[in-house]
Amino acid sequence: MDLRIADIAASPAERGAIDSYLDPRIGPARGGWDGGERNIAADGRIARGGHEARSHRDLLLPTLHAVQDRVGWISPGAVAHIARRLTVAPAEIFGVASFYALLSVTEQPPAAVHVCDDMACRLAGSEQVIEGLERELGPAGHPKPGEQRTWHRSPCLGQCERGPAALFTIAGDPPVRVSTGPLTARQILTRLDDGLKGRDDLEAFEGPAGTAPSPERLAQLRRFAPQAGQPVLRILSRVGRVDPTSLTDYLANGGYRALGEAIAAGPERVIEEVITAEVLGRGGAAFPAGKKWAAARATQSWPKNIVCNADEAEPGTFKDRLILEEDPFALVEAMTVAAFAVGAELGFVYLRGEYPLAEARMQNAIDQARARGLLGDDVMNAGFAFDIEIRRGGGAYICGEGTAIYESIEGKRGEPRNKAARSTTAGLFQKPTVLNNVETLVNTLSIVLEGGEVYKTLGTSGSTGHKLFSVSGHVNRPGVYEVEFGITLRDLIELAGGVTGDKRVKAVNIGGAAGAFVGPDKLHMPLTYEAAEEEGVTIGAGAVVVFDEDTDVLDILRRIAEFFRDESCGQCVPCRVGTVRQEELLARLIARHPQGTVEDELALLDDLGAAMRDASICGLGQTANDAISTGIRIPGVLR
Amino acid sequence: MSEQLPPKAVYPPPGVYTGVDPDIFTNSPARSPSIPAAPARPEPKLVEMTIDGMPVSVPRDMTILDACRAQGIDIPTLCALSTLTPEGVCRLCVVDTGGRALTPSCSAKVAQGMTVQTENEKVRHARKLVLELLASSVDLDLAGPVRPDGSLRAYMERYGADPSRFGPSARPAAPGERDAAEAGHHHVPDGAAAETVAQPVKVDNDLYIRDYSKCILCYKCVEACGVDAQNTFAISVAGRGFGARVSTEFDLPLNESACVFCGNCINVCPTGALMFRSEYELRQADRWHEDAQTTTRTICPYCGVGCTLELTVQDNRIVRVLSPLDSQVTSGNLCVKGRFGFDFVQARPEGAEPGA
Repeated sequence: MDLRIADIAASPAERGAIDSYLDPRIGPARGGWDGGERNIAADGRIARGGHEARSHRDLLLPTLHAVQDRVGWISPGAVAHIARRLTVAPAEIFGVASFYALLSVTEQPPAAVHVCDDMACRLAGSEQVIEGLERELGPAGHPKPGEQRTWHRSPCLGQCERGPAALFTIAGDPPVRVSTGPLTARQILTRLDDGLKGRDDLEAFEGPAGTAPSPERLAQLRRFAPQAGQPVLRILSRVGRVDPTSLTDYLANGGYRALGEAIAAGPERVIEEVITAEVLGRGGAAFPAGKKWAAARATQSWPKNIVCNADEAEPGTFKDRLILEEDPFALVEAMTVAAFAVGAELGFVYLRGEYPLAEARMQNAIDQARARGLLGDDVMNAGFAFDIEIRRGGGAYICGEGTAIYESIEGKRGEPRNKAARSTTAGLFQKPTVLNNVETLVNTLSIVLEGGEVYKTLGTSGSTGHKLFSVSGHVNRPGVYEVEFGITLRDLIELAGGVTGDKRVKAVNIGGAAGAFVGPDKLHMPLTYEAAEEEGVTIGAGAVVVFDEDTDVLDILRRIAEFFRDESCGQCVPCRVGTVRQEELLARLIARHPQGTVEDELALLDDLGAAMRDASICGLGQTANDAISTGIRIPGVLR
Repeated sequence: MSEQLPPKAVYPPPGVYTGVDPDIFTNSPARSPSIPAAPARPEPKLVEMTIDGMPVSVPRDMTILDACRAQGIDIPTLCALSTLTPEGVCRLCVVDTGGRALTPSCSAKVAQGMTVQTENEKVRHARKLVLELLASSVDLDLAGPVRPDGSLRAYMERYGADPSRFGPSARPAAPGERDAAEAGHHHVPDGAAAETVAQPVKVDNDLYIRDYSKCILCYKCVEACGVDAQNTFAISVAGRGFGARVSTEFDLPLNESACVFCGNCINVCPTGALMFRSEYELRQADRWHEDAQTTTRTICPYCGVGCTLELTVQDNRIVRVLSPLDSQVTSGNLCVKGRFGFDFVQARPEGAEPGA
């Protein structure tokens, strides 16, 4: 590959950010060819590149993050330097950088806030916050001249229990990245200023104070994990009781017992138990986890990969965040168990870019585990090698899709693959890959410890075990709830304190934007995979957003249509254009200017839905109409 | 002065090729006295499948599209091309293989026992909607499955596609507006008009123009510029969703980009979004007359490769140079000289008649 790279120099800050990320991983630049000092005598006789250079393509996204974090945008100079360092064409780097919402390819001020205006935050008043910011800072992403601060709208930030929420990104060395809520416009402006002054106490606003267990901390934690500390919990048993930053504390509370058991039992036995447990994938697709592990183990190709899907971007879902922030060692252990079972050497946690605290806690957990020999060349002296790397998402919902996640890790645009091969045959880097959700993985720990038969006794025959539900919207105690499969929707809402103001329910969203809406006539529905299928809805990843009788659900549906248009990767026609037409159609219904009659519009909506469902490449396009077509038919939504 | 030579490398390194006699690298093994016969040609591997109720046997590695076409079944395509890796993005070629969703026949392979329906209601509905969605957002005047010959219109009629169902078209974008689209953000529409990709034509060099109002984002040009042919990587798909577009880095003009002006992207563009400047200017002046054109196959005069050229000639002037996709020499690809270096042919002295 003979790259033509523009002769634009990267600024010292950009070079510093790029080189300090890449040098430890691929070594320093060796000459003008790969972005180092030009030396006419030497460079004229040596050409570097080829497969060796191109094999580092998967470092592209983290390198772009490094630049974004340091200077706030990806400039032509930065692209040119990255192009030389990684032997990737500038046009391709631009294609990748411009794909992600958290990366900017136009000049931006250093301090930015991304304000969530999705379902739950909308109900909590995000539009007032946005009005305040617009007044002070001008239109989104277009700051007034000389202004050091800007704001953007954001899809769900996974902080639904504390809306209106916002993600702060303040470029610098070190950068500040904090996601928190609830916030007013005034508070946001103050914190942007604080961040610019380099006051890192911005981070203190993020989560419950400190990390050591204490009654105060538990009380704070219960704001988003209301059951924290209760003995019935299995998945969340350590939340609030164990210091999430201390491996010692984790070990003292049953940590790494499951890996010990797994090593003693051997990989085949571990997979058998996971198959027996009939645990279904908790990320939304509900694929039997044991089958996946067995298939990956059976594939005769190495090295194998474990990818943990922590790209929790489904609107209304924040349960994985709780595990990542409060029990990160459990995920490290669970990934190690999975790696041992399938014979994988490489692990990736693809973690959404909007979860800075989760990223910090996970990184700390991985580092501590590695330092104690629980990751590395010889895990637990048991003769197998496994290590984990975090890959931060760039603000793209599509990258939670089962193949887009691989493309993204590989340093490409996060476009889903036309499903030709199974992941367990040719997934990440075209190697056998197990892709599991955070919650699925953590479930396997108790399966290894107690056996699949015991696990299977929990829940129902079609949905075994416990499930985390993210409950938000018009309920008194929003948060993550761990329940045994089989609980009805009504009981779950009651568990979350019931509907605020004792109002009646108008509609409930189950499964987020890719899920569906049900009306109050479905509150008796058990939240199981089989019952959901019967009702024509999906449990998805377990989002439950409650809307009371006074909610303008049509406005929520419009927000979902806007979401899908923004998050479509743009590859296939039904999704790329269908999501646009769907949003326009809803806008007409809201403006009460239908083309023809309202019935004509609904028929057109169904026509669009069928084509998107049948002909889109991936699950995003295939489900982009479901919530809208179910929601619009709930009585009282379309007056 | 004699330089100290480094010790001679031992290849292979000891212990690497276990199980192989190391002598094999220095002494060739003794020839067998009788040369064995060439292995028998393998039986072609066939699979049995059903296409539209018809049982057929087809080679195992065939795509569903090729298998259907071999049966004389017409399946519309846009993003598929014989010389490029199938991307499967336009979704026009979808067929029903019994799954929940439809299957892109251009990229999916046949399988033993597969049942394919190429024209049932589900398929027809999907194709109709794909055509409607495209036509409501892109200028498809010239679009055809392979060449910009307007032949897509026949499929629009066949599937009863009516793009006006989505309302009147919105105003075209201002210069640079679509190139500035940010991932994850867009102006919330009022629904009164259907948004399109209409925008000013990019004319930034003497050789070819880019009219992205006609771009259906089939990825063919990106593939031809990249790994499938040219390996230049001057363009990529940038942005995402409806804001996705084919772009150089930071929307640089082509002559500041890595573009080598081979024009292989023009050769694969099915909609006329990429066009010779000579053709574009004639069309603008309403002087592009296909019935007054002749096509001449010849060989490129420049180097010894012998690329096949297909010259479009109007009024005795070359107005476009293509290369046939089925040419064994070029597969449709040329270099800048063969593609654009034809001016000398028609640089005649003032008033001179051709052939004089």
